[in-house]
Amino acid sequence: MNVGLNEYLILSALLFAIGFLGVLVRKNTLVIYMCLELMLNAANLALVAFSAFNHNLDGQVFVFFIITVAAAEVSVGLALIVAVYRKRQVTHVEDLATLKL
Amino acid sequence: MDNLLFCFFAALTLGFALAMVFNKNTVNAVLCLLLSLLGVAGVFALLDALLLSVLLVFVYAGAVVALFLFIVMLLNLQDLPKKPYKKISLFAGMIAAALLGLGVWSFVTRGQFSAAPVAKVFHDGLKDYGAMLFTTYLLPVEVVGFLLLVAMLGVIVLSKKLVGREESK
Repeated sequence: MNVGLNEYLILSALLFAIGFLGVLVRKNTLVIYMCLELMLNAANLALVAFSAFNHNLDGQVFVFFIITVAAAEVSVGLALIVAVYRKRQVTHVEDLATLKL
Repeated sequence: MDNLLFCFFAALTLGFALAMVFNKNTVNAVLCLLLSLLGVAGVFALLDALLLSVLLVFVYAGAVVALFLFIVMLLNLQDLPKKPYKKISLFAGMIAAALLGLGVWSFVTRGQFSAAPVAKVFHDGLKDYGAMLFTTYLLPVEVVGFLLLVAMLGVIVLSKKLVGREESK
């Protein structure tokens, strides 16, 4: 078996599925956030694979922007989690139900 | 050789991703995320995206994972009481997981490109990459720089102790 575009895409889909599974089954806010990062990286993987197999660098430039935005997102998100923890002392998503009707 | 490396990095990525999802200890989960991201960086290197591979290790391993580890240790989440799932959310989660599995399965069995292109060598890849960043994508680069500035200011505002507001309550 020679590794082609399909294998890279399957790897990306599996990684995305694992990240999504983590978002579904875990209840710790920090772990859910880490799973979101995993899903972002699955998308990165698909973009880089398409870019490499199509001789086109645009996908890789896009991944550069995704990494930058992810770094900004992580910093703001973690600051929000810490702010919520300071106010309420909770990190479980089920305890954060004040907005629920 | 490429096949062997691909299998190694794919196993590293998927294995540690699963380990991260099902790890009870949050610190261990963060370290599993780190190893999984190293696997992704290895796959990037296999695809000749060497700059992105190095960048991923720097940004994720150097900044993001370190930040996660710092926050986990700061909040000290080691011994949280284990709560059972609610029945309705368990049901919804099982349906969602089944749909997800079905989606991956149908992708693996039917979503194949029959004639995918094979060769993948970039001559002067890095040079072209830099040129694109500073010509075609100059405006997005500026916007992303501005976004980083805004994020930095936002974090400062969020994590500052608002002294006046606390006292007024």
